Amino acid sequence: MVDKTLELFDCGHRACGGCGPALAARLIMKAAGTDTIVVSATGCMEVFSTPYPETAWKVPWIHSLFENAAAVASGVEAALKKQGRSEKVVVIGGDGATFDIGMLCISGAFERGHDFTYICYDNEAYMNTGIQRSGATPLDAHTTTSPAGKCSTGNRRPKKDMPAILAAHGAPYVATTSIAYPNDLMQKVERAIETKGPCYVQIHAPCPTGWGYEGDRTMVMGKLAVETGLFVLFEQTDGTVTRVKKVMRKPVEEYLKGQKRFAHLFKPTRNEAEIARIQATADRNAEKFGIDIKLKKPVEKPEG
Amino acid sequence: MMRFIEGSLAVSDAVRMCRPDVVSAYPITPQTHIVESLAEMVANCTLDAEYITVESEFSALSACLGAVAAGSRAYSATSSQGLALMFEVCFNLAGMRLPMVMTIANRAISAPLSIWNDQQDSISLRDSGWLQFYAEDNQEAADLHYLAYKVAEDQKILLPAMVCFDGFILSHTYEPVDMPTQEEVDAYLPKFNPCQRLDAKDPISFGMFAFPEYYMEFRYAIDQALQQSREKIREAGKEFKEKFGRDYSALVEGYRLEDAETVLVAMGSLCGTAKDAIDEMRGAGRKVGLLKIRTYRPFPGEEVAAALKGAKRVAVLDKNISLGSKGAVGLEVKDVLYGSGIPVLDYIVGLGGRDMRKRDIERIVTLAEKGEGDLFYGLREEVA
Amino acid sequence: MALSVGCTAKPGKSRGNRTGAWRVFKPAFKHNKCTKCGLCAMVCPEGCIIEQEDEFMIPDYDYCKGCGLCAEECPAEDIEMVKEEK
Ligand SMILES: Cc1ncc(C[n+]2csc(CCOP(=O)(O)OP(=O)(O)O)c2C)c(N)n1
Ligand code: SF4
Ligand code: SF4
Ligand code: SF4
Ligand SMILES: [Mg+2]
Repeated sequence: MVDKTLELFDCGHRACGGCGPALAARLIMKAAGTDTIVVSATGCMEVFSTPYPETAWKVPWIHSLFENAAAVASGVEAALKKQGRSEKVVVIGGDGATFDIGMLCISGAFERGHDFTYICYDNEAYMNTGIQRSGATPLDAHTTTSPAGKCSTGNRRPKKDMPAILAAHGAPYVATTSIAYPNDLMQKVERAIETKGPCYVQIHAPCPTGWGYEGDRTMVMGKLAVETGLFVLFEQTDGTVTRVKKVMRKPVEEYLKGQKRFAHLFKPTRNEAEIARIQATADRNAEKFGIDIKLKKPVEKPEG
Repeated sequence: MMRFIEGSLAVSDAVRMCRPDVVSAYPITPQTHIVESLAEMVANCTLDAEYITVESEFSALSACLGAVAAGSRAYSATSSQGLALMFEVCFNLAGMRLPMVMTIANRAISAPLSIWNDQQDSISLRDSGWLQFYAEDNQEAADLHYLAYKVAEDQKILLPAMVCFDGFILSHTYEPVDMPTQEEVDAYLPKFNPCQRLDAKDPISFGMFAFPEYYMEFRYAIDQALQQSREKIREAGKEFKEKFGRDYSALVEGYRLEDAETVLVAMGSLCGTAKDAIDEMRGAGRKVGLLKIRTYRPFPGEEVAAALKGAKRVAVLDKNISLGSKGAVGLEVKDVLYGSGIPVLDYIVGLGGRDMRKRDIERIVTLAEKGEGDLFYGLREEVA
Repeated sequence: MALSVGCTAKPGKSRGNRTGAWRVFKPAFKHNKCTKCGLCAMVCPEGCIIEQEDEFMIPDYDYCKGCGLCAEECPAEDIEMVKEEK
């Protein structure tokens, strides 16, 4: 059972106000508990939590490089096994560390079947180096390396399907969650850690600085991503999707409008074609995962 | 016990007796026999270790890093491209003060692609904070592993170490090697007892980032540890001699240095060839000697200076080239002899497996006597 | 202070960094309509909202960055962001 009062990620860290990943770190640690060894990848979370000597981690924690956290965790896990120790190994890496540069090490570690949980906090770009695109950046988002301009509508490709890639490695448990749903997040992290073998949890973690919204709206943004169908919360056990969060879907526009990274879709003129493409992404997600809440009786339209 | 054994297998057996908890490596010629042999030992329960079959050298060394941080003894081995792929992790291990031992079966670096020997691979990591030992023969290659763990894991040192031996020339050659017993090794090499490790009972953060007001001090501390490791190597070498009879108490080794006018400086298997050549030249009345550098990091500056004091000229044989400059060892010997008036001539030799025979050594001595140096030795005619 | 070996540190050290100094706005917890639901404490990225003995929530102003997330999320609208007076 998750002890919600447990605080293993301490005050005094240097994340921006309202930082989604900072909240993710707190919630992950509530679920993981004290008997955990955390391996972090280079990125915002690592940097804001451990400027020497000010560590925010109350559990054993290690950071080596940007792209090797899964391999470091493999070594930690092997050492614990050899020593007959019982701590759980949890990797926490950003989307850049996970979707892009760390792919090799992650693939190797999942294939080898180490007993560990890999958590990606997904803020949809390389924030630590100043908001460059990653494989997790959504379609049309403006970043400093996918800028919107006269002949560009921002990021050209949709988000890479990382959960599917890791499920294809035979991961016994794969889940997506969001900081906007703390209980869901903690439950899934707990489940991943309890499940033997390499498990993957992807946490949608809005970033006010990188996305261009005020820090008090982090939860709102997280919820809108889910409610529009752009980020689906699901759980997959041994390759089968076992649980999906259903929603009364909102148009994607409600999510896009509140963020500067999508501002070029609305100003100076509305880009209907691109907004429609993004809506189509959400529709496909809804179709694929069946997230739409279907009312039993169709709401009757008043005649007239 | 004396065994007639392939170099790689002498090394893997020495590693087995060092009792690593975690072994992680990736195959690459000419290191492969070592890791195949260790995998076999684990499969047959003659080595009680976790063997992590990684998808790359980069992961191999990263896994070792994690294992050491968790308090286990770790081992890896590689060559050439593999070591190049480990570059980032090498610096990281040293910076995080995580001791381990890695064997380097020295091989040239691409391009052009070559699987044959030179020492460019490990030399390119001389600045990474690892101790570096170079073995002349397979006896030394095996022995240096016990010593390397002992020094690396010393509480005052806590740095990783590379034991380098020439690929193919040593790794694939059968030689008689005196292998100690497990009990003897246990009596020499204590269990790994880290001063800090990842442990839920006593949490600690490893690998933090340092602002400018701290970074330099941590780099200074690594340098200090390396500087101080000279004394530890001497101590460990002395104890080794007492226990096993072979003397590694000095970081360098002189051969027929008395009254030598031309002193060759070399590392690795080349020293064996040089010794034979020197014997012949001495027989012909030429006053030639050899200074073998066994410990290249930390660089044994004082020993080198003392050993070369009486020389009329020094000829350094470098199996590497700092492209656009000179050979790495040559540069350092020049630094050490700066102001002494002794000329130091550097020869880039044996790159990518180019054979170095006794008569090549003799020709280099002749060149040195004429004052001709700082050159690639033995280039093909169409280039020369 | 002696430096650690290899740039390591023990827990508790981040508390030396009082992020409360960053604040421009300050959350005023009114303890008026509050239902003691605990949501504010759950969502604060700093983890600096603490339950008092009377079960009302109170932020630790040494660390509260004034991000306003608690105020935005409070279902009872019992937290008000006010300009920080320095
Ligand atoms: C090998 C290497 N390449 C590049 C970098 C620079 N770098 C550090 S963090 C980072 C981006 C991190 O992005 P992500 O993983 O998404 O984490 P975030 O900062 O967004 O939390 C980059 C590019 C690095 N540290 N190492
Ligand atoms: S840039 Fe984004 S992820 Fe990084 S600390 Fe700021 S809010 Fe958090
Ligand atoms: S969120 Fe609002 S109602 Fe709930 S405990 Fe906090 S202040 Fe009280
Ligand atoms: S304003 Fe932000 S930092 Fe301060 S207590 Fe509220 S949520 Fe926490
Ligand atoms: Mg990111």
